Amino acid sequence: MKAMRILVIEDDVEAADYLVKAFREEGHVADHAADGLDGYAAARDSDYDVLVVDRMLPKMDGLTLIAGLRAQKIETPVLILSALGQVDDRVKGLRAGGDDYLPKPYAFSELLARVEVLARRKSFGSGEETHYRVGDLELDRLSHKLTRSGKEILVQPREFRLLEYLMKHAGQVVTRTMLLENVWDYHFDPQTNVIDVHISRLRAKIDKGRDMPLLHTVRGAGYMIRDSAR
Amino acid sequence: MTALGKLFRTTVFKLSLAYLCIFAIGAGLVLGGVGWNVKKLIDEQIGQTIDADIRGLAEQYSEGGIRQLVEVIQRRTRRPSASLYLVTTYAGVPVAGNVAALPEQVVGNTGLVEVSYQLSGEETPRHRALARVFVLPGGFRLLVGHDIEDRETLRGILARALVTSLFWLVLIGTLGGAFVARRVLKRVDAISESVRAIMTGDLTKRLPLAGTGDELDRLAESVNVMLERITALMAGLKEVSDNIAHDLKTPLTRLRMDAEQALRARTSPDEQRAALEKIIEESDGLIRIFNALLMIARAEAGTQPEGMSDFDVSEIAHDVGELYEALAEEHGVTLTVSTDEPVMVHGNRELVGQALANLTDNALKYGVPENAEVGDRAVTLEARRNGEAAELVVADRGAGINPADRARVIDRFVRLENSRTRPGSGLGLSLAAAVAHLHGGELRLEDNEPGLRVVISLPLSHAAPLMQSSPQLARAPLELRKAS
Repeated sequence: MKAMRILVIEDDVEAADYLVKAFREEGHVADHAADGLDGYAAARDSDYDVLVVDRMLPKMDGLTLIAGLRAQKIETPVLILSALGQVDDRVKGLRAGGDDYLPKPYAFSELLARVEVLARRKSFGSGEETHYRVGDLELDRLSHKLTRSGKEILVQPREFRLLEYLMKHAGQVVTRTMLLENVWDYHFDPQTNVIDVHISRLRAKIDKGRDMPLLHTVRGAGYMIRDSAR
Repeated sequence: MTALGKLFRTTVFKLSLAYLCIFAIGAGLVLGGVGWNVKKLIDEQIGQTIDADIRGLAEQYSEGGIRQLVEVIQRRTRRPSASLYLVTTYAGVPVAGNVAALPEQVVGNTGLVEVSYQLSGEETPRHRALARVFVLPGGFRLLVGHDIEDRETLRGILARALVTSLFWLVLIGTLGGAFVARRVLKRVDAISESVRAIMTGDLTKRLPLAGTGDELDRLAESVNVMLERITALMAGLKEVSDNIAHDLKTPLTRLRMDAEQALRARTSPDEQRAALEKIIEESDGLIRIFNALLMIARAEAGTQPEGMSDFDVSEIAHDVGELYEALAEEHGVTLTVSTDEPVMVHGNRELVGQALANLTDNALKYGVPENAEVGDRAVTLEARRNGEAAELVVADRGAGINPADRARVIDRFVRLENSRTRPGSGLGLSLAAAVAHLHGGELRLEDNEPGLRVVISLPLSHAAPLMQSSPQLARAPLELRKAS
């Protein structure tokens, strides 16, 4: 994954320092703005791949900032961080023009995975491809067909969508909550690791008996589909 | 404020005073009117009598001249309680009559006048009379008068009656007003005193009732009902905070121990890493508890979340069934979903989905005993219409819950003894119940014979389903929807 330019707009200096440091350790370029006005100016004047915006900021709150940018036709993807974390808070955030939403406290791995997905959407556009290929695994959205090494694999519709989401973000870490949100369209915490069971079933169907597994578990973060031969 | 001052300032007392004034004015008007009318009536009658008398005497004069007139008058004046008569010459020198002195100007006047007189030859006090002077042909003047002392007496009686009645009216009115005001004041004072006692923290106190069922009693009753509710809520709050203290302190203690473990000098890097990972795990658990508590609190406060829409609960049952189906299979449990045609509900799909997921999670965790027969290793999700309600049912064939424990188990953090050892926060059922209440519905626990049936009952929405489609394809992925 190529380096991203990330702007962190967060008034909690300690949290912001940690985020900036962690993003840099991952090989990205990260800047920090400590209040809404500075953040707005920075986001407007330089070209960032992703903005990470705290919901409550001094001088200009997060939602106003996003709405302001959108009004200026600045479409940089925005991930909203919020300590409120209620169902309608997410709705408000997305309505204001945010692209993703993460309630505090969060795991950095979760934030990183989501930021990477947003950044990639920016560079490739959000258009849907009809055909995905990872190694010798091929998925066709139109014919609903899944093949590995040319041999068709039968999966349930939900497993198909799970794999489709993973393959769309091939080479990127996808977390359990991202899967729940995008494949099931629910945002709650399912308590038990229901997603893990679905993944292991899927893995049994596509990777079992193969020398080259494609579906990998990223410890402490989530899953990734990747052609490890390349 | 003095007790009297307080009394005078009461609404009741002021009202009594106002009524008192109105009644006093009314009584004055009535008695005054009666008095004035009576006086007018008497005056008219006296005038007519005098006029008739004058006409008679004038006839006597024209028949027999002054001599006959004097004779008649002398005869008449000898009768007891005679009218007043006086005949004078043109110059005003008395010729005959029983009036001793008469003011000069009266004799010169010909209308009906009120005069004050004294009978001749008597040392009686001067009386009042109505009199009229008639000029006879020949220049003699004839005065005929009528005593009006009776009328004056009547007027006196009426005036006294007015004064006396006003006196009693004011006295009784004031005292009565004060009495009623004092009664009301006493009750209001009693109520304020109770309220003050309650404000200082004695929530067991209630407002006193007089038992008359009047407006003050009804007010006090309503306040008492409100106090009952507040007391119940306070008790609930106290229990919850006790439970929170216990259930949050336990993981916090473990978290702290893990941190100490990681810092200990002789810990190897691997052990340190393991301890730190456990710390993250413990804090995630704490966050989960916090989130659930916040959501329950919000749902119980009854504020409607945004993102309310009409949705099909059958679809939710299929979604959740599918989400948990893989997990169920891993546990060797058959998870079946059975639904009616679309059952529409107006609400927050996210919250209802979470509630159903919690119940399903519970059923898989607690509803399937380790050594259960194959036929009993089953959990059923159902979505159906029941009259005016949409019902989401999660049923298992496990040990069930004792009827005595069913109400208790919905409370926050309550975990029955046989589940204490397994993971969980004890918030799943409370959350599902809170979500049901938020939507104007309820959560019921029933006997599945054997096992437990948990029913989320929600009011039906009357909106028509948008489209009928297979649940798997009902929704495009989120990203697709955003792009459109």
